[in-house]
Amino acid sequence: MDNLKAYLKKRDAIRAQEVPRLTLFCCGGTSCLSSDSDAIIDLLRGKVEAHGLEADIEVKQVGCLRLCGEGPLIFVEPDDITYVKVKVEDVDDIFTQHILNKQTVERLLVTEPDGTWVTSYREMPFYKSQHRIALRNCGEIDPRNIDAYIAKDGYHALAKCLLEQTPEDVIETVKQSGLRGRGGGGFSTGLKWAYTAAVKSDEKYVICNADEGDPGAFMDRSIIEGDPHSLVEAMTIAAYAIGSNQGYIYIRAEYAISIEPLELALEKAREYGFLGENIFGTSFSFDIDIKLGAGAFVCGEETALIRSMEGHRGEPDKKPPFPSESGFRDRPTSVNNVETFVNVPAIILNGAEWFAAIGTENSKGTKVFALAGNIKNIGLVEVPMGTTFKEIIYDIGGGHPEGKAIKGVQIGGPSGGVITRDYFDTPIDYDSLTAIGAMMGSGGMIVMDEDTDMVEIAKFYLDFTQEESCGKCTPCRIGTKRLFEMLERLTAMKGEPSDLDKLDALARNIQAGSLCGLGQSAPNPVLSTMQYFREEYEAYAYRTKRTKYQVDAQKCIGCTKCARVCPVSCIRGVVREVHIVEEADCIACGACYDACPVDAILKP
Amino acid sequence: MKNKILDMSSLDRNLLDQLDAYVASLEGDNEENLIHVLHRAQALFGHLPHNLQLYVARMLNLSGAKVNGVVTFYSFFNEEPTGKYVVSVCMGTACFVKGADKVLQKILELIGTEKNAMSEDGLFTVKDVRCIGACGLAPVVTINDKVYGKVQVGDVESLINRYKGGQ
Repeated sequence: MDNLKAYLKKRDAIRAQEVPRLTLFCCGGTSCLSSDSDAIIDLLRGKVEAHGLEADIEVKQVGCLRLCGEGPLIFVEPDDITYVKVKVEDVDDIFTQHILNKQTVERLLVTEPDGTWVTSYREMPFYKSQHRIALRNCGEIDPRNIDAYIAKDGYHALAKCLLEQTPEDVIETVKQSGLRGRGGGGFSTGLKWAYTAAVKSDEKYVICNADEGDPGAFMDRSIIEGDPHSLVEAMTIAAYAIGSNQGYIYIRAEYAISIEPLELALEKAREYGFLGENIFGTSFSFDIDIKLGAGAFVCGEETALIRSMEGHRGEPDKKPPFPSESGFRDRPTSVNNVETFVNVPAIILNGAEWFAAIGTENSKGTKVFALAGNIKNIGLVEVPMGTTFKEIIYDIGGGHPEGKAIKGVQIGGPSGGVITRDYFDTPIDYDSLTAIGAMMGSGGMIVMDEDTDMVEIAKFYLDFTQEESCGKCTPCRIGTKRLFEMLERLTAMKGEPSDLDKLDALARNIQAGSLCGLGQSAPNPVLSTMQYFREEYEAYAYRTKRTKYQVDAQKCIGCTKCARVCPVSCIRGVVREVHIVEEADCIACGACYDACPVDAILKP
Repeated sequence: MKNKILDMSSLDRNLLDQLDAYVASLEGDNEENLIHVLHRAQALFGHLPHNLQLYVARMLNLSGAKVNGVVTFYSFFNEEPTGKYVVSVCMGTACFVKGADKVLQKILELIGTEKNAMSEDGLFTVKDVRCIGACGLAPVVTINDKVYGKVQVGDVESLINRYKGGQ
């Protein structure tokens, strides 16, 4: 393929080969695979083969279908039927009832609270409000099949860049689109490429940061597993733009399962001539290798990532010089994250104006969030920038699974902050998040209900950062440790009111004095919870926090249920009289709370 | 002590040969390859004792201190042996807010060991791990490569008992 026509011919030939037939899109995302979706797929394929139906029915393993909490998921097209929570035992029914007898297996549909069934994902609010750019192919195509990607216009953008545009044109388009880094910082991708392109050097590098380290975030891995060729194509476009011949994907070793489809994608891309020497018959050559991380959160920081790629401890360097000037092997290097990259082919094909029309004034396009925690619909959500928390939590997320009040949402991982209900109308973009003390981060969004203890949450994050601090600079190494210890003292009811001021002062010193983004943002979870939930800190500091369960004498009907389930027998009372918890013996297990039929147990 | 670290005779020659072959297949700079070599070494030997680290250092012409510095920096590398079953409790935020800490406590209690230490019978090592990206299944426990989702404190005993017999 050395001209655009040849590419289009190839693409159209692949499309022509695709015969419309009954297709079962089976989710092969991490959550679903862990719930035996691979066994379900094997069984379904076995049955199709046994009945000689291979020509009429395709069982397709695709990437993440996004509604992870309801997995394993199967979408049946063109019947427009969505099955959820499918188990190995259900395979018989799906095959016999649906495939052979054309009858929907109703018990595997999503059931609404009023008992009605939702037959298709297209009707579900979770899917309706989403707008997919980064996840455009995820769940649609077989990630192991390069032809499936080409049929979806895959490598068309690369052909367009190499054959019709100069590197300057490409950079200009990306700049004009307003695409900003999706990994946390939010720096303009076009500018980053322009800086790297401007430096003269014998070698330059394109690096994909796939070290998705935020706890509670899984969008990058879903993209890599569900649509690896988009990443390969985008990195190749970046390489052309900045003048690089070698790229690397730095991926967490914990994501072993993602590495295999990625390696396969690289191999196929080489075979088809999308990687290697003289791509599309031009003088441009480029290849990509995989570099394994080994479990260090700080390696998400670009200078630390580069150190780790060079085989060192992943300690960050001071900036400047920025990697665009002197990065991997001291050469100009552009580091971008997975989600940022995969937007690029769509921008090249649809134009900068198309992308810039989506989102808000300074944050263009969409953002993928990993929605998890105390929420009904757990999964991946891609929405235009500027969507409010309310829309994501209630419209898409479906609110709390048991209808409890939602207290706040944590966004941005260990570097981000907690946002309260009062701010749920805030449109989510880079600037408005910074203004309310949070940050975009990579896109983890953890919903917390009224039972969540915010001081415990801050302690949880500090435990994480103090352990992940690389130790290079003192404010972060010792500061986060002391911050964690102060929170431990508070939650053990051994704190003092004066601790609150000390916490605040230390947090601000760590912010101001740390070398890299990890340290500078490490106190955010403490500062944001202190700002919005100060009364919870005060309850610990003044030691007024109740830690034991109590019985509400007004409500108790004396049914004895609580006393019977108490594992330490610390609830006293006789039938039809008000019961009492012996607080000295209470271990706060919550068994009585769950057992009480009239909500008479008060939580600590 | 010095001799013990330098003594490589306790390392399985067959596994070392496999490691040698892997290193010989690598191209490029020794230092840049170090992390990949350590991954392979750990996959072969199960953990990275000091004498093995020194072996790697000698092979790549790096200092033992350099190799040890890298091994101890990254949480994926273990210097201590691990049990036959590595029980990992995900401590990602999604799992944490759904009670993963209580699940971890219960597992430690049942196995009667401390976090990150091998149980006396050599069967288990219990660890807390960072997010494994299966948040839809929170709280998540993995035992070797098998993932168990939505694990409640009440489920732990039967789960661990399945492995206690050594299977």
